[in-house]
Order: sequence, then structure tokens, then C-alpha cells
Amino acid sequence: MRMALLAPMAVLGLAVGCQHSSGPVEKGERAVTAKVSTGSPIDLQGAGATFPYPLYSKWVTEYQKVDPRVRINYQSIGSGGGIRQITERTVDFGATDAPMTDTELAKAAGKLLHVPMTLGAIVVTYNLEGVQSLKLTPQAVAGIFLGEIKTWNDARIAESNPQTTLPGEPITVVHRTDGSGTTAVFTEYLAGVSPQWNGKVGAGKSVNFPVGLGAKGNEGVAGQVKTTPGSIGYVEIAYAKQTGLAFAAIRNRAGKFVEPSLQSVTEAAASVAETMSEDLRVSIVDAAGEAAYPISAFTYILVYENQEDAVKGKAMAQFLWWAVHEGQRFGPPLQYAPLPAQVVSAVEGALRGLRADGRPLLKE
Amino acid sequence: MRHTGAGLDRDVRAAGGRPWGALLGAEANLGDRLFRLLTAAFAAGAVVLLAAMAFQMTRASAPSLSRFGLGFITGRHWDPVRDVFGALPFLFGTVASSLLALLFAVPVSLGVAIFLAELAPGWVRKPLGFIVELLAAIPSVVYGLWGIFVLAPWLRETVQPGLAMAFGSLPLFRGVPRGFGMLAGGVILAIMILPTIASVSRDVMLAVPSTYREGALALGATRWEAVRTAVLPHARSGIFGAVILGLGRALGETMAVTMVIGNRAEISASLFDPAATMASVIANEYTEASGDLHLSALSELGLLLFAVTVILNIVARLLVWKVARVPGGSRRT
Repeated sequence: MRMALLAPMAVLGLAVGCQHSSGPVEKGERAVTAKVSTGSPIDLQGAGATFPYPLYSKWVTEYQKVDPRVRINYQSIGSGGGIRQITERTVDFGATDAPMTDTELAKAAGKLLHVPMTLGAIVVTYNLEGVQSLKLTPQAVAGIFLGEIKTWNDARIAESNPQTTLPGEPITVVHRTDGSGTTAVFTEYLAGVSPQWNGKVGAGKSVNFPVGLGAKGNEGVAGQVKTTPGSIGYVEIAYAKQTGLAFAAIRNRAGKFVEPSLQSVTEAAASVAETMSEDLRVSIVDAAGEAAYPISAFTYILVYENQEDAVKGKAMAQFLWWAVHEGQRFGPPLQYAPLPAQVVSAVEGALRGLRADGRPLLKE
Repeated sequence: MRHTGAGLDRDVRAAGGRPWGALLGAEANLGDRLFRLLTAAFAAGAVVLLAAMAFQMTRASAPSLSRFGLGFITGRHWDPVRDVFGALPFLFGTVASSLLALLFAVPVSLGVAIFLAELAPGWVRKPLGFIVELLAAIPSVVYGLWGIFVLAPWLRETVQPGLAMAFGSLPLFRGVPRGFGMLAGGVILAIMILPTIASVSRDVMLAVPSTYREGALALGATRWEAVRTAVLPHARSGIFGAVILGLGRALGETMAVTMVIGNRAEISASLFDPAATMASVIANEYTEASGDLHLSALSELGLLLFAVTVILNIVARLLVWKVARVPGGSRRT
């Protein structure tokens, strides 16, 4: 009996692993909800990034109290999946950490808007006995992750930490092995500060890291760093705080060593707000502000500017409006930095641009 | 067709030698006919599902197949940023970690199986067999977490320095001991496939007719000699089938291996170095892959793994059938 069971299970398990692309289920559901959307409950389907999921699910429950008619279902299937599903219009909104590229936007069924929802920081976390605070220059971070800096007492690390005695232990690099927005932001930063990284590795959600161990998920990297003496990795700030790992202050473009914190991330966003392009796709890595933490990023919700269904479109616009205003206060307890005021006003402009049948969905 | 079992042979005779008539139902009773059609439809469903998956994966792999051709299997670089995809490091990682797992698991499993089938007293046999089978029910993520927090630190601090000191001159045991790597992957897999191999081998050994054992013992053989000369030769192909089943599971295992193997697309002779497997790279990169070629290359990896797994399972089936058709009845529990 066991033999009979195991063989097909092995095959099935494999196939399931490869088959969860955009499912036909959502298509069916869409058709149904479109029909009843003139009635009272309004269902909004969303899918995408895992990073903001704790905040989005908090918003979903909180927004129920604001507008009980609106039921939001958000599936954290990953940014790639979110982009695929919104491109094929199988969901009402998508979500992604890294903004979509122009090539990806060209494939979409209409004009897609990027709405920044919140901010996240990526911290360089390490496990080094006796070392409680560490300062790293961008060149040191790139050198470590390129495998050029091999031991902790290397001069390139020591020069910015004169007060600390660094051991001669070998450095074990831990990186994400699964494709992720975290890796995209981190490699974008490294590619920006190190021409060598840019030439050898590049930036993306999955890259070919020159050295180190790959771990799955933020929790995997945090776990491996925690159990491996002499290791260094990068994780979302929330994971480092939860696991009690030490993290480094990074020298920003203004030459200051800045600790990652919600405030220094909001600073980074504020410093680029003026130069924000009209479609709100903007990178805040290596931002110019004095107090800006250099490895941080927006996370976005993707919506079509022209909504097919006026009722749903209106509900969506109102939800997003609420999320970037009242919703922001739910961020800090979950380690998401609130959007700076300049960005919120840019988002307001974008949300006023949402239309159905040519008519704007928000009145104000 | 011989392997479809005695039931069909009998029905073929009943239906006057028309196999399809037998399949579609030649019974006079309507209920029997409907029952037969219904169950046949379920059986066909499994075949259709398999074919549909193979078709879908081949279709999804088309861009990668046409771009890289055979170079996909021989390519050593996997770089999603530059759209260069070669599967060789993953193929190597999958095969090497699985073989390493067999190396650890087969002797232990056979010991467990021989003990359970031949030596253990009745009151130990059932509960111990149950516990061994229970190992197969532990979710792989639990094995993985155990790997991160217990196995890898133990390997790093105790096993690897010892191995490096004793056999450091061999390329197998060179490099920085990090715990995570090929060795940890092999050990985790070995533990995970042990229950499969042990319990199937036990069943196969129990299927060996008692008369063989009794004959050997009557001729003055010791217990070990009876096992070696009467039981093992008879159960050989079935045990081999059990090993292949274990190998099949090791090849497809994803979560636990990913968590400890280090996930580097590199081919290294050292057991201390990190490696990566086909199943883990699919699971790791699929959700966030948005490039068409990247997605397609991942599908092709799936296809490659699918092919390897299907072939191995077919081989296992043939071998297990062979031993199950031993004349003289069985002594199954």
C-alpha cells in the first residue's frame, strides 16, 4: 500500500510545486463578483508581495470597521505573482516591492498606477561574538558580499570601527535564495554603490551571488545568521528586531553612519519626494538626506487607472485613500515606516486620477 | 501488459479474449457494469492528469528549450539577471545529495528492516514498525528547522572539524566548516527516506515464504546465515525497489533540503561546500520570477525533475512487482 501511495505522491508534489501560476479560479470569481457588485457587498481581490502582508492584513480587518460593505482578500503570493495576475487582470489590485519595469508595464492590459503604500528597511545583520555595534561603509558591504573581504579584521571594516576589536574569523555570507523584493532592493543598492557589483552580479529579485550560503525567506536568513558565528546577512528590519540580531549602521551618501530605524527610512523617502517621477516609481536606495538610511524602499499596490467597474473602482480608490492616510498609523507597531507627507500628497494626486468610464472615482 | 495483474487476465478470458471488452464491462449485471466504468474513469483520470502535467510543463518550457537546447543540461551558470540558465549545478546537487542520502540510509534501513522482519520479538515488531513509519509523517519543514538549529551547528562544531582533521587531505573534506552544505543535505535526506526504505524492505522480507527460512535453519544455519542465504537473495529485487523509492523521494524533496544545503549553484567536490537542488530552486524562484525566460527555465527544470522521477518510479514498480510475484504465497502482516 505504501508503495502504491508514494510513487504518485512524489510526482504530484513536484507538479504542484510548478503549477501555481495565475489560476483560473480568480477569473471565475471575478465573473461572479462583477455580477453582484451592484448589490451591497463589494469584493476586492488582491495578490502580490509577501513583505507588506502583515500590514495589509491589518488594514483589511481595520477597513471592515470603516466600510463594512467592502471585503478585501489579499493573497501574499510574491511580487512576481502579483505582477503576473494584475497584468492578466485576474485580480483587482496587485502588489509589488520592486516597481515594475517598462517592459513589464508594456504587457499590462491598460495603464497601471504604482501607489506607494508603506516603507521598509533592509538591515545588514551579523553574528559576531562581543561586537555589539558595527559601522560599515558601502564599499565594505559590497566587498563582503562580493567575497573580496574574507575576514572580520579586514582593514576595510576596521577603518570605520576604530573602537572595536574585530576577530580574525572568516566571514560567512548568508543571502536569500528565494526570489524576493528584499534581494532586489539590496542588490540595487550594491549595484549603485559598487561598479564592480554592478558589472559582476547586477540587481534583481534572484541574482547569482558570488559567495555565501543561501537561505529561504527572511526567517531563514535570520535563522542561519543566528546559528552561524561569524556570519553576515541582510533581512527586513522587522526580522532582525524579532530575532534580536545585531545590525550595522551604514554610511549614507552624505557621509554619515545611520542606524536603520523607522525614522531614518521615512527620512530617506522624504529626501527623494521632490524628485519623484509622475508615475511614483522611484528608488530611495542611497538617498541623499543627512539622516537617511540608505537601504530602504517603497512597497507598492498596482491598480489600473481605468477601472472596469465603477462600484468596485470607487471602493478601491476609497480604500487606498484611507490606507495612505488613517491606515499609516498601523505601520510603526509592525515595523513599517509611515509615508512622509510629501509622498502622501503625490499619492493623493494619483488616486484622484483613477477613473471608470472616463469619470473620476474620488470627488474631493 | 503482463503487469496489469491477474484480474485483467481472468477477465480477458471471460470476455473471450477481447481486452477492451473486458475493460468497458461485459457483465450482464448493469450495476457491475456501471461500477466498472466508474472506477475505470477514475483510473483514467490519473493517467490524464499525468499526461496533462507533462504537456503543460513542456509547453511552458518551450522558450527555454528553443533558446538553450541541450546546453540547458550542460550549462553551469544560472544567472536570472542576465537571462543565462544552465541546470547542471542543480542536476548535480539533486543527484549527489540523493546518492549521499542513500549511502547513509540504506545500511541503516536494511538493519531496521532485518530486525523488524526477522529478529524482533512480536511485541516489539508492531510498535517499532509504527514508530519507523511515523518518521515519514513528520512534515519536511520540521526536519528543515531541526536541520538549521540542531544538525548544522553540530556538523559545524563536531563532525566537520573531526572529518577535516582525519581526512583533510581528501578533496571531499576540504573547505570552511559551515554546517550548511552538501553533507547536511545528505544527512537530512537520509533521515527522511529511512522510513520508506525500511518499511518497504520489511514488507518485502516478510513476503519471503517461511519455508525458505525454516529450510535454512533446519540445515543448521545461524539466524544471520538464514537471512543472508535465504531471505536477502529472495528479497533482493524488492529491496532494490525500496531503495529506488527512497531515491525518488530524495530527488523530489524540497523544503528540508533547501533549508540546510546552502543553495549555491556550484559544483564542488567537497561535502562541506554548499550546493543546490532542482526542486529547491524551483520552489525558491518561481513565486518571484517575472522574466519570461526565467519562468520557462524553471519549468524546464521541473520537466527534467519530472522525467527523472517518473523513470525511477517506473523502475521501482517493475522491481517490486517482480518480487511480489514470487510463487508460494506470502506471509504479509
